[in-house]
Amino acid sequence: MATRSHRARASARGYRERFTKASGRSRVGVWWRKLPPWVRGYSVLITVVTLAVTYPFYVDNLPTNIPVILSFPSLHDSVTILVFVMMAVGLNVVVGYAGLLDLGYVAFYAIGAYTAGWLASGQFQQVNVHVGSVGVGSAERGIHVSVWMVLLIAGIVTAVGGILIGLPTLRLRGDYLAIVTLGFGEIIPQFVRNADNLHGFDLTHGTFGISPIDAPGFGGSLHSALGLPVRYDDSFPPTPDRLFYWTMLGLLLLTVFCSFRLRDSRLGRAWIAIREDETAAGAMGIPLMRTKTWSYAIGAFFGGIAGAYIATFNSGAFPTQFDFNISVFLLCMVILGGMGSLWGVVVAGTILAWLNFDGLGNIGGWLNQNTPLNIDVPKYSFGIYGLLIVLMMLFRPTGLIPERRRKLEIEEGTHGPLDESLYEMRSANEPGAGERGSPGRQPRG
Amino acid sequence: MLGLVFVGLIVAWLIVNAIKEPIDFFNVFLIGLTQGAVYALVALGYTLVYGILQLINFAHGDVFALSGLFSTTILLSVFGITDASTTGAIVLALGATFLIVAAFGALVNCSIEFVAYRRLRNAPRLSVLITAVGMSFIVQNISLAIYDVNAHSIPPLVSSSSVFNIHGVHYSWDQFFVILVTAPVLVLLSWLVKTTKQGKAMRATSQDPEAAAIMGIDVNRTISFTFALAGGLAGVGAVLFLTEFNMRYDTGFTLGLIAFTAAVLGGIGNLPGAVLGGLVIGFVESFNNGLGWHAPGSDWTQSIIFALLIAILVFRPEGLLGERTPEGA
Repeated sequence: MATRSHRARASARGYRERFTKASGRSRVGVWWRKLPPWVRGYSVLITVVTLAVTYPFYVDNLPTNIPVILSFPSLHDSVTILVFVMMAVGLNVVVGYAGLLDLGYVAFYAIGAYTAGWLASGQFQQVNVHVGSVGVGSAERGIHVSVWMVLLIAGIVTAVGGILIGLPTLRLRGDYLAIVTLGFGEIIPQFVRNADNLHGFDLTHGTFGISPIDAPGFGGSLHSALGLPVRYDDSFPPTPDRLFYWTMLGLLLLTVFCSFRLRDSRLGRAWIAIREDETAAGAMGIPLMRTKTWSYAIGAFFGGIAGAYIATFNSGAFPTQFDFNISVFLLCMVILGGMGSLWGVVVAGTILAWLNFDGLGNIGGWLNQNTPLNIDVPKYSFGIYGLLIVLMMLFRPTGLIPERRRKLEIEEGTHGPLDESLYEMRSANEPGAGERGSPGRQPRG
Repeated sequence: MLGLVFVGLIVAWLIVNAIKEPIDFFNVFLIGLTQGAVYALVALGYTLVYGILQLINFAHGDVFALSGLFSTTILLSVFGITDASTTGAIVLALGATFLIVAAFGALVNCSIEFVAYRRLRNAPRLSVLITAVGMSFIVQNISLAIYDVNAHSIPPLVSSSSVFNIHGVHYSWDQFFVILVTAPVLVLLSWLVKTTKQGKAMRATSQDPEAAAIMGIDVNRTISFTFALAGGLAGVGAVLFLTEFNMRYDTGFTLGLIAFTAAVLGGIGNLPGAVLGGLVIGFVESFNNGLGWHAPGSDWTQSIIFALLIAILVFRPEGLLGERTPEGA
């Protein structure tokens, strides 16, 4: 006991010293520390959002010879980066809040993208349906629904997909659930690749994908009244990229806001309770299946919107986009940021997505130029993500910006059934399998 | 009930195919047997590790691929085997390759356990599983770094002349060779697990690690041994795979998933179950690819296998031979 309190005091002293060293000398630091926490929080948030919103205006003036990272992402890449951050935030609902390991999140992305492909392109030449679409001639065949509606529909369709996947599988335990989701994540891309000839019916156009897909826009009347663009992609660059960027930023902020509010809602608290201890949560009257299914549905909803948005941004949905790798990549974002930690996931997502699109290439280029090494860094991107995952799990399982509660859980070791440690003593009749309450470990042959 | 109807339909489909094209049917059956044997070897690796740690070792498939690629180096560069090599040289080289590659697979698998999983013994299960996914990518990229993206293969070392050929049903030596290697390996494994002291320690650890430790079993060593055994089986499986197909750095991922399906189908943690599951999956694949009458075809093989995986996990998580355990529910 004495040693522990001694150690605690020593660490507190160390902390104070570090604290004074870090900010004691500069006046700004002291002033900053004196501010109430909410002011600090909001000023950081507002600064970051302002920088993000105005990014299109100064991106071209940013230096392109920064050491190591060379340059900041172009506007075009930023849109994709934001889409990936949005998906990471969606996955965080499933993995971080509810503690359900989903290795097939890419399936939701695919469903979203193909929903956009079906509802806003000339894929189905047999029909000629126009619902509020802009900049599409009425003679163009196929289904053309307004892209804004498509985004919402894609979200809903994907959420329904999530529920359908979740209902039979969510009663499985953690690792089995992971495998089942992985199975879905593998089936859906293959289905998409092969579904160009379902008894002669071309559903997905096979390996060629669905392209082109309509772009969002505000249509003629809003254009003449408010000067809003008719259609995003019919002006000259860089305007389309800017419009897509701002829209995506808006979607992302909305997602983050929803995710924030969800976390503190009744539902969110139920998720966290399930994550911490499923059995106890069930005993307190939380409907386990329904709550878990909701987390799936909501995670899927965000994934679907992100998928639909990237489809309209790229003007196409292609089966090669939906690798298992993407699921792991998104999982890596969530783990790096800290499972359940919203800001952590946003920051880690931005960094990793940037690494994936520009960063690794840039860093590799810089390395090859300035050191005797000669490695094709982007080729090993997934090895690097794998290494990141393993290192994080070994040395900092709470993530870069840990969520306070999750940190406590990991440090104190309050494990739910999913979080069971490999070797935990369990008595013979302690329920080990959640709601069914089947007996503990039994000898197996 | 629904399940029975479904199984009935599949049996009917098989019978119709067998009657329509009996020669094709039996040829496809023999191909399925060969593939199933390889799947069984890999599935055993999953099942062994799951049995002892309750961990799905995602990296296993990639260990398989790395061992396979390594065996091409051994056979082609170290032993210098070509099409023209004499029979004696081929036999010696193949035998040595099996041993070396099995040792290599064991070493890689053990190192993975030592570097990553061992440090996470007391961590939440989810963390270990995520680490396994990470390890899988690391091993895959090691293969990529050493062997690049092209497919590697070895020359046909075992003759493809017939063991028997009855009315066009053709069973070649290279197919038979796979069984010829697999069967003794399985017998050896069964002997090892059932009768040796180490096997007893493995079974004890898998039932209750704490009690096993109290009884004086070195749990960490037993776990390492299990990983070595799994890696060795993957190594043997990889060489056998190479006698039939070629291999790339990412071959292991899909094959690993398929083998995992086999392990789950048989009842994960259950050794005979893994072999049975491997054979069943081998048949599913070959029947689907090879049969003529209303088969979905090879485009759909993976989807069918993963759908099977999902169906088993949802409806019968304990598998064909497994007992009902909390792991399954």
